[in-house]
Amino acid sequence: MTHVSITNLTKTYPGTTTPALDRLSLEIPSGELTALLGPSGCGKTTTMKMIAGLLEPSGGDVTFNGRSILRDKPEDRGVVMVFQNYLLFPYMSVADNIGFGLKMRHVPKAQIADRVAEMLALVKLPDLGRRKPAELSGGQQQRVALARALIVRPEVLLLDEPLSNLDAHLRLEMRDLIRSLQKEMGITTIFVTHDQEEAVVLADRVALILDGRLRQYDAADVFYKRPADAAVARFFGGQNFVPGRAEGGVFHSALGPLALPEGARAGAGTLTFRPESVRIGSAAENTVRATLVERIYLGTQTRLRLVVGDVPVEAVLSPDLVEGIAPGDAVTLGLPRHTLWVLP
Amino acid sequence: MHRDPLAIRSIRILSGLVLIVWLVLPLVPLAIWSFARGWRFPSLLPNEWTLQAWRYAFSSTSGVLDSLWLTIWIALCATAMSILIGVPAGRALGMYKFRGKGVVELVILAPVIVPGIAVALGIHGVFITLGLTNTVWGVILVHLIPTLPYMTLVMAGIFANYDPAFEQQARSLGASPLKTFWYVTLPAIMPGIVVGGLFAFLVSWSQYILTLLIGGGRVVTLPLLLFNFATSGRNDITGAIGMIYILPGILILLLTARQLSGRSGAVGGFGRV
Repeated sequence: MTHVSITNLTKTYPGTTTPALDRLSLEIPSGELTALLGPSGCGKTTTMKMIAGLLEPSGGDVTFNGRSILRDKPEDRGVVMVFQNYLLFPYMSVADNIGFGLKMRHVPKAQIADRVAEMLALVKLPDLGRRKPAELSGGQQQRVALARALIVRPEVLLLDEPLSNLDAHLRLEMRDLIRSLQKEMGITTIFVTHDQEEAVVLADRVALILDGRLRQYDAADVFYKRPADAAVARFFGGQNFVPGRAEGGVFHSALGPLALPEGARAGAGTLTFRPESVRIGSAAENTVRATLVERIYLGTQTRLRLVVGDVPVEAVLSPDLVEGIAPGDAVTLGLPRHTLWVLP
Repeated sequence: MHRDPLAIRSIRILSGLVLIVWLVLPLVPLAIWSFARGWRFPSLLPNEWTLQAWRYAFSSTSGVLDSLWLTIWIALCATAMSILIGVPAGRALGMYKFRGKGVVELVILAPVIVPGIAVALGIHGVFITLGLTNTVWGVILVHLIPTLPYMTLVMAGIFANYDPAFEQQARSLGASPLKTFWYVTLPAIMPGIVVGGLFAFLVSWSQYILTLLIGGGRVVTLPLLLFNFATSGRNDITGAIGMIYILPGILILLLTARQLSGRSGAVGGFGRV
């Protein structure tokens, strides 16, 4: 059980002036699964390598249960990192790969064999111990890499883009495997990803890093309902941003007055709402008259491009709800109060 | 198009014949001489056969065995030192970009381009002041000049295709730097070390000028001894020593060819000889 605390962690690469990671502070509760989310080059892999001891920070501190680990060598930190491309040692068998960490810790051979067999069963590859990594599929290699990391029962597990190299149908399977093993063993786990969907399905909490700075650190659903700013909302697929002013629980803008939920900020700001939160028809509260510009059929959903006056509005709805509406038609939209949010 | 297979086959046979004439035929008289007692012009084969030259070569008076061990020792030391220097140098050249990399590459390659004797003459003066002339260690050191480029270039090629993230992964799994090298780096670069090491061994083995200059005639390796006998007109003894001298090259060729092709086809058959 390890509580990870990151304080003002900074990395500036030699020959550059802007830091790759700028004063990152995060508290990662013991046993939780946390995602570091951000576009490529935002500093998330840098963060992970600094925690693993594979990269020297320029400043700041990382503590495990209050004890700084930055002076510890990578092999003494109790941290195991699983790389994106798995990095299974090609000339070792699957079993030798999984047992590598125990061998380095001078565990007796017979015991290693038992634990490896146990791990192979746990990742559902019981009969593949003698194979070479090159003979395995991508999903199997991923499982071996996970088994190789978990067998040493690390205090902290670091995963680099754990689902991104997998097919869609393997992703959910792997997600369930990672979550169940992680919860069972109670290992504090941090993973990095550029894919907000991967972060949302896997993590307890998500830390969004943009341009080397932490923008928001919250449970996954908060990023959709209560984004910290427009950049965060855009990263999570937000499309609707309307400038205006909030006063007395009502937002005044080109859309007309709209009732706000409790807790929304007051004063000048930008109104945002998810495309999938927009309702159609006049029954809902906060109605707005819009004109349909374009409709895009997406299979299970239909995306509508609308305008209210000259303010563009995007809506994503179930196809059967929008049957018979053609571009140019007037449409009544409902913007339920609890789906609105005001950004600074 | 129909005649192509025939054309290719005849080219193959022809080039095989040329190779045999070029490489093997010159060795035949040498081999025959080593068993000959008197072999004068008109006769196609020696008048009389004897093991005398071989007996002499393996006797303590000829100094052949001493020379053989010395040559092996020097070649092994030069190879070991080439590996110790060439592996990190190759890693730097193959994996990192740094200022003046082109110059370093040129300096490492220079001994292959510049005639050895020119280099040796320059180094001779330095070695005199260092007291390294006429010593085995001086000869080993000077052999590094031609052996290092091969070792370094082979290793640079290996490291150019090498992913250092494997080492980070090993560290992260609990391996110390030493164990990381032993279990992860070494197996990955082993083919390069074997090939580069064999090159280095053979290059050192065949050095003549550098050994003569720096060894000052006191360090008598096999090629020097061979040359002594060759110039003194003892064709039979020259033949015997010549046979001993070419042995490592042939052995290495057979061993590596077998290793590389895995006992397959003609190479396997050759290996059983």
